[in-house]
Parts: sequence; structure tokens; C-alpha cells
Amino acid sequence: MLALEMFRSLPRTVAGKAMGSRMPGILSGFAAPLRLMTIDPPVVDRPGWARLRSRLSGICGSDLGALSGSTSLYFSAVVSLPFVPGHEVVAELLDDCEDLPAGTRVVLDPVLTCAARGVEACENCSAGRTNVCSRITVGDLAPGLQTGFCRDTGGGWGQQLTAHRSQMHVVPEGWSDEQALLMEPLSCAVHTALRAGVRDGDRVLVSGAGSVGLFATLALRQLTGAGQITVVAKHPHQRELALELGATEVVSPSETLRRVRRETGAFQLKPEFSAPYLLGGVDVAVDAVGSKSSLETALGATRAGGRVVLSGMPAAADLSAAWFRELELVGTYASSRHEPPVHGQSGKGAFELAAELAALEPVVQLSKSVVSYPLHRWREALDHAHAAGRLGTVKVAFDPRSSQ
Amino acid sequence: MSRPGFVLEVDDRTPPMVVHEGLGFRLENFPLGTRVVYPPESLPAVPDVDDAIDHALRHPVDSEPLPALLRPGMRLTIAFDDISLPLPSMKSPDIRGRVIEAVLTMAAEAGVDDVKIIAANALHRRMTAAELKHIVGERVFRSFYPQGDLYNFDAEDRDELAHLGTTDKGEDIEISKRAAESDLLVYVNVNLVAMDGGHKSVGIGLASYKSLRHHHNAKTMVHSRSFMDHKHSAMHHSAWRMGRIIKDTVQVFQIETTLNNDVFPSSLAFLQKREWEWSVRDQASMLAVRRGLAMAPQKARHKLFHDVRSVYGLTGINAGEVEAVHERTLEKVHAQHSVEVNGQSDVMVMGVPYLGPYNVNSSMNPILAACMGLGYYFNSYRGQPVVRKGGAVILYHPLDEGFNQLHHPSYVDFYEEVLAESTDPAVVGEKYEQQFAQDPWYIHLYRTSHAYHGVHPFYMWYWIAHALDHVGEVIWVGGNRKAAARMGFRAATTLQDALEMASGTVGSAPSITYLHNPPHLLADVR
Repeated sequence: MLALEMFRSLPRTVAGKAMGSRMPGILSGFAAPLRLMTIDPPVVDRPGWARLRSRLSGICGSDLGALSGSTSLYFSAVVSLPFVPGHEVVAELLDDCEDLPAGTRVVLDPVLTCAARGVEACENCSAGRTNVCSRITVGDLAPGLQTGFCRDTGGGWGQQLTAHRSQMHVVPEGWSDEQALLMEPLSCAVHTALRAGVRDGDRVLVSGAGSVGLFATLALRQLTGAGQITVVAKHPHQRELALELGATEVVSPSETLRRVRRETGAFQLKPEFSAPYLLGGVDVAVDAVGSKSSLETALGATRAGGRVVLSGMPAAADLSAAWFRELELVGTYASSRHEPPVHGQSGKGAFELAAELAALEPVVQLSKSVVSYPLHRWREALDHAHAAGRLGTVKVAFDPRSSQ
Repeated sequence: MSRPGFVLEVDDRTPPMVVHEGLGFRLENFPLGTRVVYPPESLPAVPDVDDAIDHALRHPVDSEPLPALLRPGMRLTIAFDDISLPLPSMKSPDIRGRVIEAVLTMAAEAGVDDVKIIAANALHRRMTAAELKHIVGERVFRSFYPQGDLYNFDAEDRDELAHLGTTDKGEDIEISKRAAESDLLVYVNVNLVAMDGGHKSVGIGLASYKSLRHHHNAKTMVHSRSFMDHKHSAMHHSAWRMGRIIKDTVQVFQIETTLNNDVFPSSLAFLQKREWEWSVRDQASMLAVRRGLAMAPQKARHKLFHDVRSVYGLTGINAGEVEAVHERTLEKVHAQHSVEVNGQSDVMVMGVPYLGPYNVNSSMNPILAACMGLGYYFNSYRGQPVVRKGGAVILYHPLDEGFNQLHHPSYVDFYEEVLAESTDPAVVGEKYEQQFAQDPWYIHLYRTSHAYHGVHPFYMWYWIAHALDHVGEVIWVGGNRKAAARMGFRAATTLQDALEMASGTVGSAPSITYLHNPPHLLADVR
């Protein structure tokens, strides 16, 4: 089968790390540790596993981070190279899988939990907190925190992959693949919104208006009692989308602190040789970018005792504010089988709630803007994904079916 | 002997005219037929200032002499105009300091020992110790400032405000409690232009936002025609209504001083003269200054201009009852500033210099430049505006000096956020004024730092409301295009371009009037 494979290459990783963030074109040129290969389809011959044909697989910020070497080495212990990336996957079953017949269209919860690994459920999996499984390097599979980072399972950037029944969520009838593709990022956004601990009327800042920020905005508006939601957006179309998805107002990065200060009546300080910050500010800030400046903006714009949610993959940043202002720093990774109650109703999983969000009209419209590329045009696809914000695209994906 | 102002019609022998533009000036060739309105030359100063002060205090208008109003055990408060006057600042000794010394001498002779001296800065920024010292003089400063008896008025100190009631139009009168509860309030004024003084002194200089909001708003400003004519100014009508109630509650002894037009020091004396009368020395000075300015970095140009101290001469001093004093003051001010202008024109041209009331020792940001040109200079008329209804105004200013974060923090937010949404003074006032006025950070900076009050940029914008309502086109020659666009205006590189741009509004052969100031002038448009 045809697949894009990420492989171990020190020179390319170093080159990508050195220049990738400044010159994304380098990554889609010579520096990406990625290659288009014909490889054997993955097989996991265990109960509950089945083969799937990838229909559409998104390019996520974490994929770009891995390719550019900007991801922390912390994660090197929980991946197994070489692997086929792609964890935002819409696929169809090639085999019957427990209650699901072959041909069923599913989206994957990419987290490889105890159930998928064939080991006894850890404490977190038992409690439904599957995204923080403690066994992600053991069992039937090679280490890998998710499908798309594991040598044995394959990923959505290949024509075939394998998945465990516990990962599969059936795509509702009548949905397009593009609409279904948004369910995984939406489920992450659901998890973010619920982890944010927003109380009714809280002022929330969402730093970033890429897919993570936009979907977090939607989830915050739909699932919490957030009052003012201020979204930081760079590009004009992001502003419009953020407003459509529930933002109260949208500001540019340069005016964020000023606007938050004025609207919350906060005081502003300007430290020496450093960015200004607030005494006072929003109740909750969500960093949906993962850059140093974005995280520091979130930290600096949150009131003492407030909460800062790390939704984008975190970068090294000055955490003085977290200490000095007694901020709660909350990580949000992927999504969980059992999420906290929403509007008094408990027991729903993130994908269930994401399916409700994905059925909303703004998301349906958004899904029509998904851009897909065949695998052999991977360089263009990565270029596009790097410049997605500027080019007005919310999601870039691979369509392995169209590759020859 | 001074000469009155006059109107010159540009012909082919007319040399290029000086036009101020921020931290510099240019020489402009105006189209033939352009009317150039020159300010009158400086009136002669009184020969003995101390004698004039003493005479005014002992022979006031409609009031007992000051010594008769002073007695042991009384509470005496002296308030004075802040740093926004005069422009540029006066070379030491400042006339206010001299008057205050005279008042204090009489108070001491009468055995008055409860004296406070308050800078009537309303919502303007607090003056620094050095700035206070410059105005009141070293002796008064040394005697009063360390004990806290000389201080800036704080319009946000709720405990130190007194509500004196409301006018028949429902306007709140809330002023300094110390002033309101004093046995005698002496107000020391500098009347640079006809807008100052009268009931505007106590009623505005010592008032809080609660009081000021009644007349500092877009609607009132649009109906103030002009600010220089208190009988036709809705803002002054309001201030007068309030002032009359203040007068019934507080005994006010008003001292108003008038200055002549000696604005520029000898090094820049050529700017004070009419171009065709420049001597060889003046022309050499002009060339040297222009060359120097062209080469100097902005910081140096800023220092050069902001270090200017004017050698004004005192043309008069009157003391006593507020309105009677002010009538006499206006006579002097009009004698110094008035120029008769016959009829309106299609286009009005003004140079906006480096200095306005709100950027003393600071920078003139685009909002202040707009206020200076469209607020103060546009409104320097009596009768009717120099430009016809629907005409065009052409201003000169680079519009790029940046925002001073110490003095004008709320201006940045106003410029970036409020003007981005609307430039209509009424709309922005309705939607945003309260937010800015009540912002705790701005209030903190106003009270403890040297920041203008949060609401101040709105007042600047209201100031231009009448001009915006009256004219059809505003074009900035040499102005930063982005800044001009943010404020709803257009920018041009040259006067010819500006006239071309305005031709859709005023035609291709418009009548043009250039107001040649500073020094200040008041166009008496017949």
C-alpha cells in the first residue's frame, strides 16, 4: 500500500528544528523526515482489531510539530519510529469488527488505551479517563500514544491502517467525510472546554484562531456558561469564523492585552525588557497555539487565581505568572471517554458531544472548506497546512484513496 | 507700536509662506488669490507688572479689594490655571506665580494662615513638581509644596469633592471640596485665548467628570459656535449656568491676566514676522533652522521646540467679580487676536504646530493634532467659520509623533479600538465614554502618575465635532496616511494634491483662506 512514513533521520530533524519554524518550505522540501513509500499494510492480529481503509486524514498542528522537530523530546519515549502519521481519521472497515460490519464508516478516537493494547485496564482507563492512559508503551503494540504515532497500527496518511473497536465511532448517516473528519478535533475541543472549568458568566480568552482555537470557542459557547469570549485571531477570515462560532469579540495578537485590560478593568504593568502583563484579567485563558508568546499572553492576561488551559502543544515559556498570580495551569490532551457533566447531564463521552457540535450549521459550512490532497502531493499539502491560517483554510487533509 | 492683523491676497510678488507642521515648518507657495490672515502684532506690555498686579488686587471690579476680604482664621484657597496655558510655557517668572505671591503677601499681612494652593487641572494630567515650581515660582513652591499645601486637583478623590447642586437644566455641579468650603477662593487665570477664563475657570478647572460630562460632549460641542465666543457657545452657556450657582455658594475672587503675542524667542523671531518683511538676518535664521531641523533626529527636534519658553508681555490684569472681570479680559484678548475677515471661503488652510494644550512636555499624537487643527484653530472665529458649510479644510501635520504612554495611555486604546469602529463623536461617546471614564486603571494612572484622565481622548474628539459637522472634507498635507484614514480623513503629499483631492467638494478654482498662526489669531468673519 501507499503511505507516508515518518522515519528516524537526525540530519533532517536537526535541519527542520533549526529552520522549520522560520522557513516552512524547508520541511516540505528536503528537511522533513517523511517519505512516500509502498509498504505492507499494518496488521494487528488480536481480538477487537480490524483493518480500515483511510478515506480522509487531517494534518494536525502536532503532526507539523513532529515533522519540524519542534515537539519536545519528552514525546520520544511514547512513539515508535518509523510510523505512518495521521490521527484525525475517517475510514471504512475492511473487516467485520465485533458489532460493526465491514464497510462501516467510522472516525477514530486515536488514543491507544489499555483496551487497545490488550492489557488490564489501568486506573485512568477504568475511570473513563482514557486520554491519560498509563499503559501507552506496553501490551500488544509498540509504544505509541496514538494511532498515527505507533509503528504497528499505521495511520491515516496511508491507504490502510488498523484500529481497535474501542477507538471507533460510527459516522452518522448523511454526513460527508469532511464533516466526519472534524469530529476528532471537535472532541479535543469538547475536552478543552470542559477541562477549562468555566463558571457561568466567566470571561474567557482564547488565544489562537486555528482549528484548535475555533473549535474550542464553539465548545466553550455551546457547552459552558461562558460570558465574554475574546478570541485572538491573526487573519480576517479567522475573525469571521470565530464570531460565527461563538466569540463575543475578536482581537489581533498585538491588541490582546490592551483589550482585555480595558474590558476587565485590570491594571497593566510593563516589566523591563519583557512583554507587559495584567494584574486582573480574564477568568480563564485557553492557549490554542502552543507558542511561547501565545502562552505568555494567556498567562499575562489571566486574573490571579484564574485558570490557564494548555490546548495547543506547549512551548517553553516564562511561568512566573503562574507562580506569582497563583494560576491553575491545566493541560488538555486529546479527549476522554467520560467527560465531566454538561448542563447538568453526565455520562457523555467527548465524541458523543463532538457529534452534536459537528451537526451544527456553522460546522457543516466549515466542513465544506476542508481541502484534501492525494498522498503523492504531500509536499503541497504540508505547505498548505503551514500557511492554512493565512490562506483561509481551517483544515487540510490527505485523501489516500485518490493516490495512485 | 503694534499693528493690527490683516488679510493679504496672494499675488505673483508674494513670497512663500511659513506653514507649521508639527516639529517643523515648510515654506508654501499658495495659489494666486489665496487670502492669508495674519495675526496682529504684539500689543505693548504693561510697564510694571508688580504694580499692575497690586493695583488690580486693590482696585477690583465689582468686588471689595482683596485685603478687605482677608481675615485671620479664614480658609483661603488659591487655584490657578494648569500647564495647558499659556502655549508655549512662559519664561520664568510665570505671571501666575507673581500674582500668587502678591495674594499670599496680602494674606500674610491679614494674618491668614490656612492657605491651600491648587492647580486647577480638572481631568488633565497631574503636573510634576518641577512643572508646579515653574508656574508658582521657587519661593511659593518651597513654602507650600513639601507640606502638601500646594497640589494638583484630583477629580477622582471622592472625599475631596463637593456637590453644589444642579442647574435648571439638570447639570451637576461638583467641584473641589476645599475650594467649595473655603471662605474665599482666589482664582488666578492666564487668558491666552478668548475661550479661557470667566466661569470656565472654577466651574471647569476644579470640576469632576460628573460635572464636566454635561458640557464636554459631542452635542454641546457641535452647538458651540464658537468656543472663542462665550455668548454663542453651548459649552460656555453650560459653564456659565454652573458658574452662577458656584458664585452663590462660594465667594470667588477672579484674577484674569492677558498676554500679548510674543510667542517665539529671538532665535525663532522670524516666525513672528510677515515673510516679505524678513530681513537678511531673518532669512539666514530661517535657512539655518530649516537645515538644522532637516538634519536633526526627531528627538532633537522635539527638544528644540519643547524647550521654547515665550517672553510674553502682560497686557492687562483684572480682578474681582467673575463676569465683570471676564468682560474686561475679553476686550484685551480681542484687541490682541481679532482680525476682520470678509466672508467665508471654500477652503481653509491651517498649519498645526508642535504644541497644543495637552502635549506640553509631551508628544502630539494624531488625536491631539486633529484637536489642535479642527478643534482650536477651526474654532478661532467669531460670527461664522472661516470656511463655508460643506467646504474643505486642509491641515499640515505629519500625524506620526506617537503616543506618550506616560501622559496619554487611554489615547492608544481610543485610537486603536474606538476610532476603528466609528469616528462619529456622538456614536463613540454614546458607546464608549462611560467605559473609559470609569476604567480603574486609567483612574489610577490619572491619580498617581501623570496621565490624562481616561475620558480625555473623547473630549479631544468632541472638540472637533463642530468642524466635522460643518465641513465636507478634511485633508492632511504631509500626514501619515494610515493615521489620517483611522481618523476618517485623507492625506496628501502637497497642497496641490490636497486641492485636487478636494476639487470634488469645492470645485477646481476654490476660494482659499490660510490662517497664518501661531501666534494666535481670532478671525472675525463678517
